[in-house]
Amino acid sequence: MVLECKHVWNYISEFLDDSLPRETKELVQKHLENCEICSAILDSTRNILILTADDRVFELPAGYGERLHARLAREIHSANRRPENPTRD
Amino acid sequence: MSIADARSLERNEAQMIAAILTGDRELYHRLIQPYELRVYRMALSFVKDETEAEDVAQEAFLMAFRNLANFRGESKFGTWLISITLNEARRRLRRRSAVRMESLDDSLEEGGKVSPALLRDWREIPSEALERREVRALLQKAIEGLSPIYREVLVLRDIEELSIEETSGMLAISISSVKVRLHRARIMLQKELAPKLKLASPKKRRWLSWY
Repeated sequence: MVLECKHVWNYISEFLDDSLPRETKELVQKHLENCEICSAILDSTRNILILTADDRVFELPAGYGERLHARLAREIHSANRRPENPTRD
Repeated sequence: MSIADARSLERNEAQMIAAILTGDRELYHRLIQPYELRVYRMALSFVKDETEAEDVAQEAFLMAFRNLANFRGESKFGTWLISITLNEARRRLRRRSAVRMESLDDSLEEGGKVSPALLRDWREIPSEALERREVRALLQKAIEGLSPIYREVLVLRDIEELSIEETSGMLAISISSVKVRLHRARIMLQKELAPKLKLASPKKRRWLSWY
């Protein structure tokens, strides 16, 4: 069986996750060896997903950590003061 | 992170959680430190506004603190935090869409075909390209531009690196729905981003040949 390009496109996500059945995977691989368009689509998708997952894409706003921990400190302080919740010290 | 590191992190977390629950609450600051970026990023990819994302993140960390006794350790602490964040972000989106009289379900259709951007070749874009604000903005906008049902699957699976099974459990949808949506989300990102990133990536050789 020979796969057409549009069939290969349906398998891209599972191919990247390496979750295709062996036979399908081999058919896709064979197609990719001979098709520069599908290879470019696969490479670009993989490349884009790697970039997307990078920690640098979404940066923390300045002061985020300080504000977060200040709020948590207030919460912890009031939890410590509740009589039913004695602290260890 | 190696498997050994991940295991020792989980063990440390379990110890910290037990200590917090018996009164050493200050430890909570340390417990959540590794998750500050993840929780914020999760929130931002949903609410799309930095100030509101920070609110969602703070709220999620507070809720996790208040409900820590309910964390049973059946999932990882990080996964539990992510699910609290997801629920809080969804709650706000629902409230927002109720105000605007529009439905989140507008874009819930799963039919129709998505096809990728056709390219003849692809020049690998290295992660150093992310040093450029312009490239980061392209990626953020593309993720935020996905419909909610596609965005949540993509963020959980490809950014938070949950497994297909964990994603399915967290969103309460079937494994096959996760796979279908993930496929579509990935192809939509490729279609949106491949042409733009290609234009945005400098061709070093041409520049160097000037010297």
